[in-house]
Amino acid sequence: MMTVRDDMSIDEKQMALVETFEFFDDWTDRYEHIISLGKELPPLSDEFKTEANLIKGCQSQVWLHAEMKDGKLFFSADSDAIITKGLISMIIQVFSGHSPEEIINTELSFIDRIGLKEHLSPTRSNGLLSMVKQLKFYAIAFSAKS
Amino acid sequence: MHTLPNVFKFFRMHETLKNTDTIRRIHEIRDEFPILREMVNGEPLVYLDSAATAQKPEVVISSIANYYRQSNSNVHRGVHSLSQTATALYEDARTTVKEFINARYAEEIIFTKGTTDSINLLAHGLGKILIDQGDEILTTEMEHHSNFVPWQALALEKKATLKIIRFDDKGEIKPSDVESMISEKTRLLAITHASNTLGSINDIKEIVNICHAKNILVVVDGAQYIPHAQIDVQDLNCDFYVFSAHKLFGPTGTGVLYGNRKLLNQLPPYQTGGGMISEVGLQSTEYASSPQVFEAGTPNIAGVVGMAVAIKYLQETGYAFIEAHEKNLLRLATEKLLQIPGLKIIGTSENKVPLISFVVKGLHPFDIGSLLDQMGIAVRTGHHCTQPIMTRYGISGTVRASFAFYNTADEVERLYQGILKALKILS
Ligand SMILES: Cc1ncc(COP(=O)(O)O)c(C=O)c1O
Repeated sequence: MMTVRDDMSIDEKQMALVETFEFFDDWTDRYEHIISLGKELPPLSDEFKTEANLIKGCQSQVWLHAEMKDGKLFFSADSDAIITKGLISMIIQVFSGHSPEEIINTELSFIDRIGLKEHLSPTRSNGLLSMVKQLKFYAIAFSAKS
Repeated sequence: MHTLPNVFKFFRMHETLKNTDTIRRIHEIRDEFPILREMVNGEPLVYLDSAATAQKPEVVISSIANYYRQSNSNVHRGVHSLSQTATALYEDARTTVKEFINARYAEEIIFTKGTTDSINLLAHGLGKILIDQGDEILTTEMEHHSNFVPWQALALEKKATLKIIRFDDKGEIKPSDVESMISEKTRLLAITHASNTLGSINDIKEIVNICHAKNILVVVDGAQYIPHAQIDVQDLNCDFYVFSAHKLFGPTGTGVLYGNRKLLNQLPPYQTGGGMISEVGLQSTEYASSPQVFEAGTPNIAGVVGMAVAIKYLQETGYAFIEAHEKNLLRLATEKLLQIPGLKIIGTSENKVPLISFVVKGLHPFDIGSLLDQMGIAVRTGHHCTQPIMTRYGISGTVRASFAFYNTADEVERLYQGILKALKILS
């Protein structure tokens, strides 16, 4: 099983996640893995759980915080639903530690490829799609600043 | 705490649900609903979201296609034969609805887009003739947003006051709760017949009695009640009764506003345009009378035709059978779900339409719903357009399983096993 490492590019990280998910036989294993990732993700500290960082979904809520360090963006996030939290845990792992340019220029593709496309559908209203848009938006805002 | 159904009822329920005649009848019924044969995520679909929208029997689906194939034409305008056929179908549907809810006159039946549209029509019209500054509009804490926001907006616009009747911990409103909220400024009560989240059924007849004694008009949201039991607007004696065809096994985009004829004649039109006039001059226009005056523009003719077929289908199936079977399903499901540790039912009235809202300690409804979906089980999660109810219980949402007469005891079992499996995965 390949693990996601910090020195990988965004696409290499996505590839590693796709390979990890190929080990799972059925949806139960996939969801159990996502749920365990959700449980492992440290909760966002209260100072970042602000109205400004809140992405309201009809079903579940997501908080997303972004920070720039040495030209690279780092994300932290949280959700009230554990499946959503597991998914955002992977998304921020993929995008954190990269330059705004790389983030802007790389498509989020792994969710689709691990068979969880429905979670990114606008009709799912779990806040995930808006979170991905917001994440890209941060990258654009920070790249304009620098 | 929820009271368990007594043992006697429990045995009776089991007998009925195991009764081979009933089982055979339910399977015949299921065969009439093509969508129930669908597979979802590799599993046979268990559809427990009929309160959001009910599935459609083949007769309804084909009536819509046949209307377009054989009878399509605009209504009320043509001398040609097809137009007359379409008009006859459309007006026959009005008679079908009139008889279905036992209205006195066909003119009391107005076709709308649905419950929300019917309520907006009323809020608009009653806002013009009934509600003034300082008046009070009564509604309840258990309303669907569709029967809440239009009245709230009207109250804000008119500087009137919206007063909210609370429900008790079981999710019930007693007629005396309504009475105690009435003042000499109260003009109107907007209340649901059954709650789409709690399932509770309000005693409309008694509530109307109380309101009418004080000259208060009553608007009843029947969206969740009418799919499950026979109603009689003369017996209820309410002023307005509204519902949607799509929850009644008919098509989307069609619904009904029933109004007492005397009141409808005083109500100003909601939308103006073609089909609702009797005479248009350059400076002024004379409007037609009800129902045409409230049906501006080309209506959803195919939808109305489909709704009438759905109503006839329901009448043939028989509410006696429907009610008995659904009560059994509700009892069985309640009994089963209460065996699940940590599960709490929201809405514990003894008198409910067949739906169960629940939360599980420490778990988010979205997570439970997502996992049930993987198992082919369709439930709804969230606030169900009733945020005041969520606020009341201090929760963000529930999981809601809602039943119709095409559901089976086996499906209740799959729901039960599905929740257990979801809890195992989530724990
Ligand atoms: C009690 C109640 N009222 C009103 C509505 C709104 O109905 P529609 O969306 O068909 O206008 C619903 C539907 O969810 C409902 O359950």
